[in-house]
Amino acid sequence: MKPNRKFDRIRDTLPTTGKPRFAGSRALKRMISNPLSVLGLIVFSIIVLSAVFAPLISAYSPLKIDLRGILKPPSWEHWFGTDKLGRDIFARVLYGGQISILIGLGSALGAAAIGVALGAYGGYKGGWIDRLFLRVSEIFMSFPQIILVLLLVSIIGQSVTNLMVIFIITGWGSIYRMARSRMLSIREEEYVLALKAFGLNDLIICYKHMLPNAMSPIIVNITLSTAMFILQEAALSFLGLGVPLEISTWGNILNVANDLNVLARYWWIWLPVGTVISLFVLSVNFIGDGLRDSTDPSQLG
Amino acid sequence: MKPELPLVSLRGLKTSFPVRKGVFQRTVGQVKAVAGVDLEIRRGETLGLVGESGCGKTTLGKTLLQLTKASEGQILYDFDGVQKDLCQLSVREMDEARRKLQIVFQDPYSSLNPAFTIFGSLEDPLRRFGVHKRADRRRIVGDLLEQVNMKADYMDRYPNEFSGGQRQRIGIARALCVNPELLVCDEAVSALDVSIRAQVLNLLLRLKQERGLTYVFITHDLSVVEYISDRIAVMYLGKIVELADAVDLYRGALHPYTLALLSAVPVANLDHVKNRIVLGGDVPSPVNPPSGCPFHPRCAHRLARCETEAPQLKKHVINGHDHSVACHLIQE
Amino acid sequence: MHDDVLISVQNLKTFLYANGRCNRAVNDVTFEIRKGRTLCVVGESGCGKSITAASVMQLLPELSRIEGGQIVYQSPGGPIRIDQLAKNGKKMRALRGADLAMIFQDPMTALNPVYTIGQQISENLRYHTKLKPRARRAKTISLLAEMGIPIPEQRVDEYPHQFSGGMRQRAMIAMAMACDPHVLIADEPTTALDVTIQAQVFELMEKLKAKHQTAVMLITHDMGVVTELADDVIVMYMGNIVEGGTVEEVLRTPRHPYTRALLDSIPVLGRGKDQKIDPIQGTTPDPYERPPGCQFAPRCPRCQPLCEQALPPEQVLGESTHRLRCFFPVGGPNEA
Repeated sequence: MKPNRKFDRIRDTLPTTGKPRFAGSRALKRMISNPLSVLGLIVFSIIVLSAVFAPLISAYSPLKIDLRGILKPPSWEHWFGTDKLGRDIFARVLYGGQISILIGLGSALGAAAIGVALGAYGGYKGGWIDRLFLRVSEIFMSFPQIILVLLLVSIIGQSVTNLMVIFIITGWGSIYRMARSRMLSIREEEYVLALKAFGLNDLIICYKHMLPNAMSPIIVNITLSTAMFILQEAALSFLGLGVPLEISTWGNILNVANDLNVLARYWWIWLPVGTVISLFVLSVNFIGDGLRDSTDPSQLG
Repeated sequence: MKPELPLVSLRGLKTSFPVRKGVFQRTVGQVKAVAGVDLEIRRGETLGLVGESGCGKTTLGKTLLQLTKASEGQILYDFDGVQKDLCQLSVREMDEARRKLQIVFQDPYSSLNPAFTIFGSLEDPLRRFGVHKRADRRRIVGDLLEQVNMKADYMDRYPNEFSGGQRQRIGIARALCVNPELLVCDEAVSALDVSIRAQVLNLLLRLKQERGLTYVFITHDLSVVEYISDRIAVMYLGKIVELADAVDLYRGALHPYTLALLSAVPVANLDHVKNRIVLGGDVPSPVNPPSGCPFHPRCAHRLARCETEAPQLKKHVINGHDHSVACHLIQE
Repeated sequence: MHDDVLISVQNLKTFLYANGRCNRAVNDVTFEIRKGRTLCVVGESGCGKSITAASVMQLLPELSRIEGGQIVYQSPGGPIRIDQLAKNGKKMRALRGADLAMIFQDPMTALNPVYTIGQQISENLRYHTKLKPRARRAKTISLLAEMGIPIPEQRVDEYPHQFSGGMRQRAMIAMAMACDPHVLIADEPTTALDVTIQAQVFELMEKLKAKHQTAVMLITHDMGVVTELADDVIVMYMGNIVEGGTVEEVLRTPRHPYTRALLDSIPVLGRGKDQKIDPIQGTTPDPYERPPGCQFAPRCPRCQPLCEQALPPEQVLGESTHRLRCFFPVGGPNEA
């Protein structure tokens, strides 16, 4: 029996009398005791901070073309080398991070705002309004995303804002469903009935009193969809459908690698940025998993 | 002076829920949770409402508070001498009337919002009913907590720091925060341990005296309802089958269902003479209640007319007390 | 020691572990389950009554273990130390369902919704007997009939959701009784049921006990149930047996302040509005931070300094089976 020794230790330590521990700090403590999520938090912070303070870290401009120094391999001068136009790749990764993280986080928050607003109210109210929201979300979720993107890009053109709008339109459905299902179960709690017995406004009951109890899985979902949107941005930009090429994003840096020559001979163009994307997405996923485990009351121990 | 109006009169009250089936959610039937109830609740009394699960007692309580819409009938409430039908009030009028009627729930664990402190939970109802200063709200909540035998500074704690009995007392304080006249206690002590249950029962009795409250006490526990009630109504399949003073009901129940119910309760008294009447079968579904008297399929004394003709709740006077019963066996 | 003892539990200790803390849920508990008799274990939530039952069945939750004491089952083939068997070992599984059976509080969650009632009952027969499928089915139907389920030939192929609450509980009892167990452990079997259905289930349990001479251990929180069904009773509080004996001994002359207070705190049917009920003051302590001495001391009206320091030992009163854990029992020699 494996846990026996642990049991002995617990039994033989004298009970500590002290302040009762609160659920919040326990969740934090449990998150910190999870090595993967701590690692994720560290990597995440490093990447975000270096993107934010890009001008302090790199002296190069991500847009400055230097035709005399194209396709230089990594060196002390250019840490990640230069690309076909002689731009410093390290600077481009840093500045690209700003846009990519903005797109990922912005789209996730936007999608969450719409999804939570509709899902919470629909789940609480039920009836025709809930059925209407549900059908609308199903329509959006059943539309092939890549075709929607192609369509929207050709109609409204390529830009950072447009890409975020597209991500929000296609992405709110999943958060909507999660918020709705949480609210459906919270709706059965007796305190909701008690609030109704006081004749309180529906909006206050729904958004002020019920929503906080539905937030923890939603926050986990926001972190995970941030990662997903960053990957999607990279994929779309790689295909030339994302952000206009002149703005550097992680996807646009990768875009250059869509030719076999570059892939085979100039590894420094795609490998560092690919690694950064993977590291970032992985760290966000670790944080999300850690958050989920630490707020899950069924995992005590 | 005109005769005193009852605080609430229910007239032919019915509440049903549609049963929906299939892709198009067509209504295929009605759950007749409350199937025609006439009842008067007198000012200042405790009316016990007993019955087994599915008899409609909880739905009746919720309909009384307009948390569930009645499908038929009237709920006449005495607003300082003017009777108004709660079912006919506009949403705004009803919201105003809600300060007069409040409810205490069964489950101490789901009746308090875990994300708010006690004060945070009670603050909005008070604001809703016109207590605009934060200091006033804090004073009121503190006073209420002290009235339910708790410390005033507990208001800044979260529900997870309280035990079941304490939570239930907070639930009572919450219902009292708008100073209601009528308190519906829906299985308010059923989920509590016996030693804690007595604390809450005695608290309810004390509050009733201090504040002149009227209680509708809904429960399945006959020992508890006998202890706390002045009058008791026994429900079966959405109808009241017997209504009498608590003492009369326990000493001289008339309806066969009430008799079986009383005999089935395990009594913690070794000298209690046991004459258990075991009813066969289960409570029929309220979607398809039996014809005639709803109790006839399980009744040992049924007559031929019980199967076709539903008995009405008739008032008899026994030893000078009103005693209503719905049964063909009981004649004048 | 009586020769009709089927299970004897000696100084059992079962602790629970959660969040790095230890809950001494069952702490030094001794009792016997005897043939053809009903032992009621009564107490409030958290007193350890369900953990005691789970220990006997070796159905303890993951984060818990038996720390000490012994559980001996007098099987027809000789005594078996249940506490030394592996939780899910072959021997324990052979006992469970065949010699020792258990019924649970909530028949809705204790039955699997995707199998028919018949499949679930005959599963037990398939594992523990050598009956052929046809014979198993016949036995299942006769079991259901014995439980008073109407048209068992048809009901045997129905799913749990087609049964009402009372019928589900009877199906559970049928499942438990399938292999004629010697010991039946019922953990709050009627708490989820209405009183008229509870009466049906009790009637059935009494009948089965008389017919098969089963030893019954009934866990309950309801003093009324104890009064009606028990032959012997043990009262538990915070992991200890505070008082035990025959039902007459304990309920007529309760000596422990807790038993007394518990009986005083419940309204009794038939005594009307004028009866006085006295609540027990305070609340049950945090099981992770227990009082050092008598567990009831903080709430006890008769508490003395000694009670706060040491846990009273178990003492047997005279020649009787009446035993209690209290330094200053109610009606002691110093009292009038």
